[in-house]
Amino acid sequence: MLIVRKFLRDVPAVLGLVIVLGAVVLAAFPELLVDDPDRVNRGDILNRLRPPGGEFPFGTDDLGRDIFDRVVLGTRSALAIATSVVFFAMLVGVPLGLLAGYLDGVWSGAIMRLTDVFLAVPQLILAIAIAQILGRGAESAMIALAATYWPFFTRTVFAEARRVRSSLFVEALEGLGASRARIMALHILPNVAAPVIVRATVGMGFTILTAAVLGFLGVGATPPDPDWGLAISEGRKYLPEQWWYATFPGLAILLLVLGFNLLGDGLRDLVDPRLRRSR
Amino acid sequence: MLLFVLRRLVMIVPVLLGLLLLTFLMLRFGGGDPAAAIAGDNATPEQIARIREGLGLDDPLIVQFRDYLWAAAQGDFGVSSYSNRSVGLDIAQRLPATLELTVFALLIASVLGIAFGTLAGVWRNSPFDHVVRVVSVAGLATASFWFAIMLQLLFAMQLEILPLRGRLPVGMAAPPTVTGSLVIDALLAGRPGVAWEALRHLALPAFTISLGGLATIARFTRSAVIASLQSEFATYERAVGYPMRRVVFPYVLRNSLVTPVTQIGLLFGAFVSSAVAVEAVFDWPGLGSYLVEAIFTSDFQAVLAVTLVIGAIYGVVNIAVDVAHGLLDPRVAERM
Repeated sequence: MLIVRKFLRDVPAVLGLVIVLGAVVLAAFPELLVDDPDRVNRGDILNRLRPPGGEFPFGTDDLGRDIFDRVVLGTRSALAIATSVVFFAMLVGVPLGLLAGYLDGVWSGAIMRLTDVFLAVPQLILAIAIAQILGRGAESAMIALAATYWPFFTRTVFAEARRVRSSLFVEALEGLGASRARIMALHILPNVAAPVIVRATVGMGFTILTAAVLGFLGVGATPPDPDWGLAISEGRKYLPEQWWYATFPGLAILLLVLGFNLLGDGLRDLVDPRLRRSR
Repeated sequence: MLLFVLRRLVMIVPVLLGLLLLTFLMLRFGGGDPAAAIAGDNATPEQIARIREGLGLDDPLIVQFRDYLWAAAQGDFGVSSYSNRSVGLDIAQRLPATLELTVFALLIASVLGIAFGTLAGVWRNSPFDHVVRVVSVAGLATASFWFAIMLQLLFAMQLEILPLRGRLPVGMAAPPTVTGSLVIDALLAGRPGVAWEALRHLALPAFTISLGGLATIARFTRSAVIASLQSEFATYERAVGYPMRRVVFPYVLRNSLVTPVTQIGLLFGAFVSSAVAVEAVFDWPGLGSYLVEAIFTSDFQAVLAVTLVIGAIYGVVNIAVDVAHGLLDPRVAERM
């Protein structure tokens, strides 16, 4: 297919896809790189704070746990959080955007004003406040992030739905007597799908970064979970001597977010040639 | 133009009211019983009831919300359940440090971002262009709190050329407050040594925060410069024989800066967000580290007050950006 060939010619985007697929495979089958994933939280005090090399490629932490194993298993927690956040944000944000974009009047206005309120504060700040109410834990962080990310989907879908609504084929459908629900679900939704997919891909990377901040600040994952943000905050206490403790989890965040961003950029170029990165 | 500014100002009112309602509901239904928290563990139910009455917690919700609005309008965000200090005063004390940090970060991001983006656009597909592209893609994927720690590790712990934390060396007296920015205040007080130290303390945190913005601005500037260079006026000027720099600096750049300038304002939200964790890493006594302290002490009142204040500042900045956009490009003002 033409579109696949076009995508394959975009080297950074393919690199992004490879990184993302690699991370998904590792999250599903960590035993490919980790001897015993169930033992990842088990300490070994005799091997405390070993530098990288030999048996421990990334060194060990203050409890003697292998940092490499924990970074690999952190992929699972990062992807799980990001996938569920983006999924629930889409579940709420896309229908609201469709309704607000296709319909007029009070409901449309109310939805967009609510969106404005949520977008009036930087997402991280609002997520911190909500996570704080819900209590510390990975689930609260997830709920807080989803509760603050849906407006981005609503905005995107709203703008696209408004554009599609005024096109001739929608007018024709209305003239033929198609119901509003039918037009929204079967005709407008497929037309706004592409930007939503791009938004979701970029949103995955963005959510991994924000979730890491929540973990770092202590409103996200709790010990002894192998979470990247949490590991950086614990490893910080051992600087500068045990530099490897905080360094490697951060590199893992960088790599995975980079993968989603490159993939998102590539998809955007395919979907919307107007925004193409000039080469 | 004036009408446009006024209309933008009016539009922020419902948003702020909505934000106030949101934080109010979170405070009332999410934070536990404040009366029980104040009364302590050994209080009798009667004592708690009396405190509830004193706090107005038995009033109808709408009355409570009205009181909350009235207090917030006067900058009164209640008393911290942890330190017993006025949250409003604490925030007023911390705000200048965050503003100094974010404004410096914005300066770094704009100057470097526009410079790198312009050069990358002019020398398109050169090695320099590729380096800028790789760095900006990586910059957008870096967790700022981790980058902060790495910079500390390298410049403060290993090379020992920049300070590790704080705004001034321990024991150095701060200049009298005029603007709230230590660098400017020290210069006004005629103490260049203090200004230099304040600047050295700013360097690492401000650069960390600027990273994401720098990457974004460089990307937007680059594509805008490339688009302008391909337009007819640039081709004409080059055909007439102007050297490249005479074409780029006065003409191409002026046409290219509208998009990056509107981006700079939008980046403010991202800057404030990354300031939260970065301030905590560098012990920067601003709003961000205040928020982190409030999280650790479960000081709910303070968390929501910071949310509200940042929301209000964010709203004002966005209006300023729209106005600037309207001034740079009058077509925008007409459309709105």
